[in-house]
Amino acid sequence: MDDFFTSAFLTGLIAATLRMATPIIFAMLGELISERAGVLNLGIEGTMVMGAMVGFLTTLTTGSLLLGVAAGAGAGMLLSLLMAVLTVYLGLNQHVSGLGITLFATGLAMFLYRLAVGSPIVPPTIDPFTRIEIPVLSSIPLIGPALFRQYGLTYLAFLLVPLVAFFLYRTRAGLVVRTVGENPLAADTVGVDVRLTRTLCLMAGGALMGIGGAFLTLAHQNMFLIDVVGGRGWVALAMVIFGNWHPVKAMIGALLFGLLDGLQLRLQGSDLAIPFDFFLMVPYLMTIIALVLVSRRAQVPAALLKPYRREDRG
Amino acid sequence: MRMRLERREPLPSWVLVLLPVAAILATLVLSAIPVALAGANVFEAYVALFQGALGSRFNLIETLVKTSPLVFTGLAVAFAFRAKFWNIGAEGQLIAGAIAGGVVGIYGGALPSFLLIPLMLLVGFLAGGLYACIPALLRTHLQVDDVVSSLLLNFVMIYLLSALLFGPLQRPDAGWPVSAEIAEAARYPVFIERTRLHLGIPLALGAVLVVWFLNQKTKFGYQARAVGSNLQAAHFAGIPTNRVIVLTALVSGGLAGIAGVGEVAAVQYKLLTGFSPDYGYTGIVIAMLGNLHPVGVALSALFFGIINVGSQTMSRMVDVPSYISGVMEGTALLVMMVFLLLKDFRLRIERR
Amino acid sequence: MASPPRCELSGISKRFLGVTANDAVDFRVAPGEICALLGENGAGKTTLMNILFGYYRPDEGTIRVDGREHSFAAPRDAIRAGIGMVHQHFTLVPPHTVLENIIIGTREGGRFLLHRAAARKRLAALQERFGLRVDPDRPVAELSVGERQRVEILKALYRDSSVLILDEPTAVLGPQEVEGLFHTLRLLAEEGRSVIFISHKLNEVMEIADRVVVLRGGKVADERRVADTSARELAQLMVGREVLERIERPAVEPGATVLAVENLRLTDRQGVPLLDGVDLHVAAREIVGVAGVAGNGQREFCEVLFGLRVPTAGTVRIGDEAFPLGRPRAAEEAGMARIPEDRMGAGLLVDLTVAENLVLNRYDQAPVGSGILYHHARAEEYARERVEAYGVKTRGVDQVARLLSGGNLQKLILARELDGEPRVVVAAQPTRGLDVGAMEYVHQRILDQKGRGAAVVLVSDDLDEILQLADRIVVFYEGCPIGEMPAAEADREKLGLLMSGVAA
Repeated sequence: MDDFFTSAFLTGLIAATLRMATPIIFAMLGELISERAGVLNLGIEGTMVMGAMVGFLTTLTTGSLLLGVAAGAGAGMLLSLLMAVLTVYLGLNQHVSGLGITLFATGLAMFLYRLAVGSPIVPPTIDPFTRIEIPVLSSIPLIGPALFRQYGLTYLAFLLVPLVAFFLYRTRAGLVVRTVGENPLAADTVGVDVRLTRTLCLMAGGALMGIGGAFLTLAHQNMFLIDVVGGRGWVALAMVIFGNWHPVKAMIGALLFGLLDGLQLRLQGSDLAIPFDFFLMVPYLMTIIALVLVSRRAQVPAALLKPYRREDRG
Repeated sequence: MRMRLERREPLPSWVLVLLPVAAILATLVLSAIPVALAGANVFEAYVALFQGALGSRFNLIETLVKTSPLVFTGLAVAFAFRAKFWNIGAEGQLIAGAIAGGVVGIYGGALPSFLLIPLMLLVGFLAGGLYACIPALLRTHLQVDDVVSSLLLNFVMIYLLSALLFGPLQRPDAGWPVSAEIAEAARYPVFIERTRLHLGIPLALGAVLVVWFLNQKTKFGYQARAVGSNLQAAHFAGIPTNRVIVLTALVSGGLAGIAGVGEVAAVQYKLLTGFSPDYGYTGIVIAMLGNLHPVGVALSALFFGIINVGSQTMSRMVDVPSYISGVMEGTALLVMMVFLLLKDFRLRIERR
Repeated sequence: MASPPRCELSGISKRFLGVTANDAVDFRVAPGEICALLGENGAGKTTLMNILFGYYRPDEGTIRVDGREHSFAAPRDAIRAGIGMVHQHFTLVPPHTVLENIIIGTREGGRFLLHRAAARKRLAALQERFGLRVDPDRPVAELSVGERQRVEILKALYRDSSVLILDEPTAVLGPQEVEGLFHTLRLLAEEGRSVIFISHKLNEVMEIADRVVVLRGGKVADERRVADTSARELAQLMVGREVLERIERPAVEPGATVLAVENLRLTDRQGVPLLDGVDLHVAAREIVGVAGVAGNGQREFCEVLFGLRVPTAGTVRIGDEAFPLGRPRAAEEAGMARIPEDRMGAGLLVDLTVAENLVLNRYDQAPVGSGILYHHARAEEYARERVEAYGVKTRGVDQVARLLSGGNLQKLILARELDGEPRVVVAAQPTRGLDVGAMEYVHQRILDQKGRGAAVVLVSDDLDEILQLADRIVVFYEGCPIGEMPAAEADREKLGLLMSGVAA
């Protein structure tokens, strides 16, 4: 226990926290935008798996990491388009559609991966992203190497949080999105195309989920494994609720998860009395508790889960 | 040209029976695309699929073995969804049942089989059922969304299982997360020697009948229908809606728990991590595909059993990755949902 | 017509699932004109205006605005053509501020960013011009109904609407607020804008409109200049026959008090009183009408009587026995028939069958329920008998209730609730949204109950209904009865004063 709080340990822990939070933040922002427009996308887990797989295969074949990220985003957009057709245009139950997409996408991702690489004994790998060191800042003691020696995608994720908040609260399009999620009829009667807005939000969200997945195979690891996403999509979904549908608060949740995940990795080796599984359990329990605490005054988008259909009479 | 959906007069009830059949056919047609993509002859591939699942006595029994837990989780979800208790947590409830039943099976070797097995079933039912009551109570008393909470509780249970298997339940000499074997008396009896045709299969059939009876013939079934149809009106009429939801959760989680007991007592004979290939989530698909009707659930579960077992054969014979079963399951769900929509709406295409 | 029409609808037809809502309707409105669209519930007024607003697409017919033909695919096309509409059920976003609600979807001041300051300035000018006072920075959730309506009107004006449609705008307002609204509408007309005023209230139409178009059964019954007509004539046009209703009021003397409500109090979570000491006694063979501007506690009063909410204080007795409040079943068992305001929401299980709906309050009693069992066949048998007795038009008792018309749905509730000779009948807005035939039927059944000996509480926003049926009228204001009078002495003016809080 002596070397527990050495500066190297702390630096490592903070760095790991940001790294582990990165995919969660991407996916969380994607989910948040969709939900703000009134669509709960439970396809999030499958979309991340697909993003991870497509991103990996693209980089494996082209050698370009950036193309891999773009392809992951594209795959996410396609799946969200399917989600939009089912829930926005056909008005199907969002819960079941989303779970269907997760099932479908997970199955398809595994299937296509096997088709592409066969079943070699050693899975293929790529050269993953390297960390970008920001000059000067990274030499600040303790936090410098922790905060400023990260993957480009990590910087991007943390940059996106205020950007999404700015978009939602300070721009015309953001007001449109929030209105569509609160009262689509109000949006429709002032001339907003509700379905188009929802579709675009879903697709933007899907792209972010796809990038979140791609981060896992292109930076966090350098290969595609079956459980590479391992429930992170559900964590991201939970963080949206935990953060009461606000990007900054949800980011804090994601950081907390990153911290626990980082701690868990570091404690696995040590012989602590508590099994590390309990650490993994914490984010889920925390979210349930958050659900209880916020449920009475939660700012759930009022139209979440409700399909919007005009001319629906009789 | 634009398309839009128009509400239509509902189709006669025989259409409801045909819908799942049509959905299964459409799934087979759509899944031909990835099969062909894998470079296989689609016809040969499907022949392999069905032969692998139904072609011999052994294969058929294997299919039934796979079907049994799916019937339970499918029923669990269907029973909950009818009352609009959105139980996405069958996976966790299944694991809870497996842990509870497994512990009884491991330490209850002193009891004779005819006492031990019913005790395992009872304990498994209660463990799954009570675990399902958590999201139900959170919803009825604290207005917490049941979908999200029941989903999250799956992970809590998965990690709890893992913690137990690295801790108190770990077999002393094992270096990996696995428990000791259950007692001989705790194993489900097998009806045909040297096969796996075990107690779980007739038990699943019995569960179908019990759920059908509960739904159709009891006051509780009526109450659950009312709660599922319109919570506000049910409350207005004086139906104890909270109690109905919690009882629904108990039965739903209990059914999933029994699926877990079956996996321990008839397939694995011990507890280990990752023993359920997402039976709980697949149950959601099966419930939807079966239109939430117990008989429909049984048939959908059989279809999924066929896909699961057959895809292994298909993989061997025509070299289509067995992950095709996941693709087919996802496709089946999405297709069925669209078909169900066409029950109430029709697509109208107009030219401008 | 002196001036060419601002907008003109010709030959508009619209059908929903085989039900004709509009049948070859012609309608036009001139610049600077206030035109009333008058008609019964279900006459097709709202549908017609939703077509003009681009919300529905007509099956047949054309729309012209300022001489140009338009085909509106969505409200945005209509808004661009200068049409604005204030719906009866407001289309506002409660958590957003007034300003946000008004500027959503507009582009001025920049395409990308929200320019709140510029918008606030323009809004202030509009408010000044039309006397529409409301704080732009308050969330809509905190506003009163009247203020919300002003936001809706501002929303349309902010988009430079030259035609403003208002759907039943006075239904939720008190008399003073109505005056303010009418003042605004006149200012709008003076500026040359066209106002279309949907209503079924004759006196308002006579007061505000220049011209009246009467719809009946989806068709134009006729039109008149207000100067050339009378309320009586309009009523005939609207209903399509000489007498408004042909119901017989049985001449019976009230008996002993059956329902006694004493000192009923209810507060919301913030501690704001919703019911502020309600006392009400209703005798056998008596109908007490509860009137008031919507939102003055009538709904909460019904919810407490129905057993849906636990009051903070007070008792309700039927006969000599107080029954436990907050338990829906207790009210039923104490002998109360409960006809809820929200038919589809609280009254019925529209996705279940007619039979399942009819046994909702007796599924657990013999013969339908016994032990743990529910006897399907016996439920259907009972249902067939009730369907027969109430003339519910259905293809069978196993039909899904959703497919029934509004009138038949209400009959279903009556058939269920009025069985077993209830001692008290509480009916909340029992004819809202019904056509004339169904309305008469419901009124007759309520009078039958009175004749049989029940004590009846009739809560309605429709003063005509109350004046027609009630023996005694109680007016609610801010959560308690502000005054009461025998129906024989009541008229609209006296009631109106009470409704606006001026005690007699």
